[in-house]
Amino acid sequence: MRLGHRLRHRLARFGMSLLLLAFIAFLAFPIVWLTSTAFKPPGEIGLQNPALLPQQPTLDNFRVAVEENGVLRSAYNTLKISVLSAVLTLLVALPAAYLLARRRSRMNQAVTVWILVSQTFPLILIIVPLFLILSWLGLVNTHAGLVLVYVVWSLPFVLWMLQGYVRAIPVQLEEAAAVDGASPLDILARIILPLLLPGLIATGLYTFVNAWNEFFFALVMLKSPDLVTLQVSLARFRGIEGLARWGPLAAGSLIAIVPTLLVFALMQRRLVSGVLAGSVKE
Amino acid sequence: MNRVSPTKARARLGDGRAIVPWWLFLPSVVPIVLFSVVPLLQGIYLGFTDYTLGAERARFVGLDNFARMLGDAAFWSSFRIGFIWTFSVTLGVLVLGMTLAMLLNARLPFQGLARVLVLIPWAIPPVIKGLMWRMVYHPSAGFLNQWLLGVGLIQFPINILSDFTWALPAVIAVGIWTGLPQATVVFLAGLQSIPDELKEAAMLDGAGSWHVFRHVTLPLMTPVIVATAALELMWNFNAFGLVYVLTEGGPAGSTKLPMLLAYEEAFSFGNIAYASALGLALVVVGGVLVYFVVRNQYAGAGAGRAG
Repeated sequence: MRLGHRLRHRLARFGMSLLLLAFIAFLAFPIVWLTSTAFKPPGEIGLQNPALLPQQPTLDNFRVAVEENGVLRSAYNTLKISVLSAVLTLLVALPAAYLLARRRSRMNQAVTVWILVSQTFPLILIIVPLFLILSWLGLVNTHAGLVLVYVVWSLPFVLWMLQGYVRAIPVQLEEAAAVDGASPLDILARIILPLLLPGLIATGLYTFVNAWNEFFFALVMLKSPDLVTLQVSLARFRGIEGLARWGPLAAGSLIAIVPTLLVFALMQRRLVSGVLAGSVKE
Repeated sequence: MNRVSPTKARARLGDGRAIVPWWLFLPSVVPIVLFSVVPLLQGIYLGFTDYTLGAERARFVGLDNFARMLGDAAFWSSFRIGFIWTFSVTLGVLVLGMTLAMLLNARLPFQGLARVLVLIPWAIPPVIKGLMWRMVYHPSAGFLNQWLLGVGLIQFPINILSDFTWALPAVIAVGIWTGLPQATVVFLAGLQSIPDELKEAAMLDGAGSWHVFRHVTLPLMTPVIVATAALELMWNFNAFGLVYVLTEGGPAGSTKLPMLLAYEEAFSFGNIAYASALGLALVVVGGVLVYFVVRNQYAGAGAGRAG
């Protein structure tokens, strides 16, 4: 009886382990395939029964992607846009986040409502009027215009994240400084900012990744080939369906994944808790 | 030095309800209003006009666009596809996400590795996800076809993403792959917050593992599941980038989700007003969907608690 129970328990665990392995294969396989394709010479792509790993690994695909497809150029564009978006968003959001944290008001609700609204509304509703406004300002087909869009688009969630970090700083510290005659700006610069640094980094990385991965706005806003971001230029690779293109395309895709993957590796825990805060209310 | 008296300082900063200058809001609020609230309102208004790209001005036409929609086969087909896609992906993500979360919570071998691997698809931009899966699905260079041929399930390679029957299921599989990591992480956190004592008590009372899952785990997880379901429904109903890169809505419109139809109307044909009306229809239908899910599930949770 006891033995039978044990056996059943073991079998169940074995089945569960197999199931877990199947999940891992499903999740990881496309990434493995992409990586392996990026290092395969043209002759090995599309063979009947190709090997999972390249037989003669080569860096040639990366060379082609960079030299003939301008991947480096669009990677630089994307990097510039993402860094500027992250820095500007923080600068713009910080004062308001401070206010949100230190002075409970209707604005807190307004921010929450706007986060929900901006999640619900399809971008198609906003993109055309936004396009018209930006073209009136002469900002269509410029990096500045796209940065502006990214800053505005990430602001609600960033405000929410940042005000949480500010709230974690004891208000007594500020009171003490105020007693000593420090002005609000002094308090912000000398007390809040240094303590807020980890939160600022997390929020900045969040904005960076958002901008780096974004596709829809970039597709609509940027037209000149030398201005496009990595996502747009890789999506355009697609038209040319010849097998010879797969290698460089895979190489370019790998380049596009590296920064976000790095950020994820660094921020694993924080990002997870951020998502939890975002999707499960309190 | 201009020392401020303690009372005055407290008036300025007391009890966490400090008198912080209100204008600190301006740098955030002004851009949000100018570049997202105003365009959104304009976009909603455009849905009730006859505006086309490059037209001099927009003429208010009331509900004409919505009337046109009702007679538009492309609209019905895209919303039908949108529903199939949204429900299949959401259901797949919820069921598989819960299964995977429970496996990750069960102290199995490779658990640490699996918990990290689960996160990776999450970090990948939608465009690259699409490209990656095109490589998996490709008729001659893709792994899937070669594997199916090797096993003998098919005699000839199938161009999965250009096949009228297989394109939508293939795209749905990618959608599930995309949504799985986030749902799993949220579910895992939910599972870990359930005290072991509850399950042990149920076990002692003679409940089998299915009963424990059905009567202990599931009721406690309901709020997390509802929140995830609502978000997934909303995101999937408005999905664009992934399917755009995978099929661009083809073959013959068999994967043309509502957002792809609206994008095409706006930027291929210049029918801005009609595209905006489609966007509004998406909001209304999506809102109703989420409302029903949230309401029903909360009713269910209430009943569970009472029972």
